[in-house]
Amino acid sequence: MQQQNLWTVLSMLVLATAVACGGGGDAPAATTAPAAPAFDPSTAGNVSGMVMFDGELPAGEELMMNSDPVCAMTATDTMSSTFVGSDGHLGNVFVYVKEGLEGQSFPAATGSVELDQEGCRYTPHVMGIRVGQTLTITNSDMTLHNIHASPSANDEFNMGQPIQGMTFDRSFDQPEIMVPFKCDVHGWMNSYIGVLDHPYFAITGTDGMFDISTLPPGDYVLEAWHESLGTQTQNVTVATGQTAEVSFTFAQ
Amino acid sequence: MTWLHLYARFLCAATLLLIAAGGMVTSTGSGLSVPDWPNSYGYFMFSFPLSSMVGGIFYEHGHRLIASSVGVLTIGMTVWLWRVDPRRWMRRLGVAALAAVILQGLLGGITVLYFLPTAVSVSHAGLAEIFFCLTVCLALFTSSGWRRSGTTGRHTPVTLHSTDLTAMALATGLPALVFAQILVGATMRHTGAGLAIPDFPLVFGGVVPNEWTFPIAVHYTHRLGAGMTALVIFATVRQIAIHHRDRPDLLRPAGLLTVLVLVQIGLGGWTVLSGRAPVINTAHVATGALVLGTSLLLALHVNRHRFPDAHPSMAYPPPPVAIPAKRGAAV
Ligand SMILES: [Cu+2]
Repeated sequence: MQQQNLWTVLSMLVLATAVACGGGGDAPAATTAPAAPAFDPSTAGNVSGMVMFDGELPAGEELMMNSDPVCAMTATDTMSSTFVGSDGHLGNVFVYVKEGLEGQSFPAATGSVELDQEGCRYTPHVMGIRVGQTLTITNSDMTLHNIHASPSANDEFNMGQPIQGMTFDRSFDQPEIMVPFKCDVHGWMNSYIGVLDHPYFAITGTDGMFDISTLPPGDYVLEAWHESLGTQTQNVTVATGQTAEVSFTFAQ
Repeated sequence: MTWLHLYARFLCAATLLLIAAGGMVTSTGSGLSVPDWPNSYGYFMFSFPLSSMVGGIFYEHGHRLIASSVGVLTIGMTVWLWRVDPRRWMRRLGVAALAAVILQGLLGGITVLYFLPTAVSVSHAGLAEIFFCLTVCLALFTSSGWRRSGTTGRHTPVTLHSTDLTAMALATGLPALVFAQILVGATMRHTGAGLAIPDFPLVFGGVVPNEWTFPIAVHYTHRLGAGMTALVIFATVRQIAIHHRDRPDLLRPAGLLTVLVLVQIGLGGWTVLSGRAPVINTAHVATGALVLGTSLLLALHVNRHRFPDAHPSMAYPPPPVAIPAKRGAAV
């Protein structure tokens, strides 16, 4: 009798584990996105462009890290990431399709997105992620960080990573432009994550360039977001096999 | 001076330090630098390594350590009072202080775990002042001066009732006004409205803001409140200085209030002009507590006759004089 009970419990455990593991991964994607892609990739077009800054880019601000000796000693880069770029080009701008993809669904994102804390700063400073996609947050420093996200549409969270090498995973349920991240231990540490329900976004490099590829043909509203300069939008038409050129110019 | 009174004074001073430490937490934006509570990064509070108290953790964890110490001191105070103080209301006051400090600790934890909701943070600031007032009371009521003033004789103060209703009303209402002003300040602080009006003493170059947002309204209310509080303080001090020169127990807090309110307004202006420099901002918070505590001392002295340990002769209206019945006389 007892043995029978044991087997029942064990088999239930195995079953539960199997269900739980399966549910954690691809199951939601299977229920929300139909197997057939929303459009034929062979009809796709692209958007390519540049974000400019009109005038002299504000001088980078030096981050004072001496409130934590570990940061002061190990940091290799102590310049603020708010204004980066060269020759009139603006980096760390989040460019994404704001309108024109409504009602369409896209294959779930594969893999996770990494947010690293290294040298007492966030790498990258600006990034994008899909709804439901895993965000892996790592502490690569020999000091403590708290990771405090203060979204408005998603759930706020604040977690500690006191030990070097610690990681944890999070994901977001709702699209949101942008989710601010902050470390309250090191007041200068901040970053921004754009959460979208489609894969059409890009972040400009220091050359101000961005590419959004494999878009279904159609008319779109593109938005460029900068943490201190605000947002700009433009209409763009994407045609099969073509690359539409777009440029944004920010000024202070 | 008894040991109990000395201990009560120490508790009062420690509480002021705790308020300043709490002020530093908000002023430096460190409130969430330790995400968990009551543990700190998984460590039991007192075993969290001191070497890890870096950046914002220095202020947040430091505040928690001082807070726990004040909590322990309060337990000691309550137990001590319970065992030695013959006044039942005094023993109860000790229990009230203990309850307040426990509730205050819980509010501190809740505000961390819920990412500093304004209502909880402002309550935490308000209860901090109430607890500080309780420690001021404990220190005053255990003092020999207070005990003596409750008996008849050379030190017996004249009750103000019959002589000066103006001073009585002003001094009694003052702590409530100061407390309200502190609550407005706390709301401003916890909604980040400290620089909503960037100039001082002018307001956007004028006297009244041209546009109104919630932060501007809160900030402006705090400035108007400062003016009003200062006026009431000056009126009270004037009344006491003119009519009650024979009352050192009133003159001393009145004089101190005059100095403190001027310093406080200066610190408030300096906070704005310095762009909310944490040390200046925190000095403003601590001085605010001192203004409240001093106004409370004044109010308590003015109302000395109302306390259960006052001599019956201090009551107002005076108790009917008991005429010893003469034996055989008709009543
Ligand atoms: Cu950090």
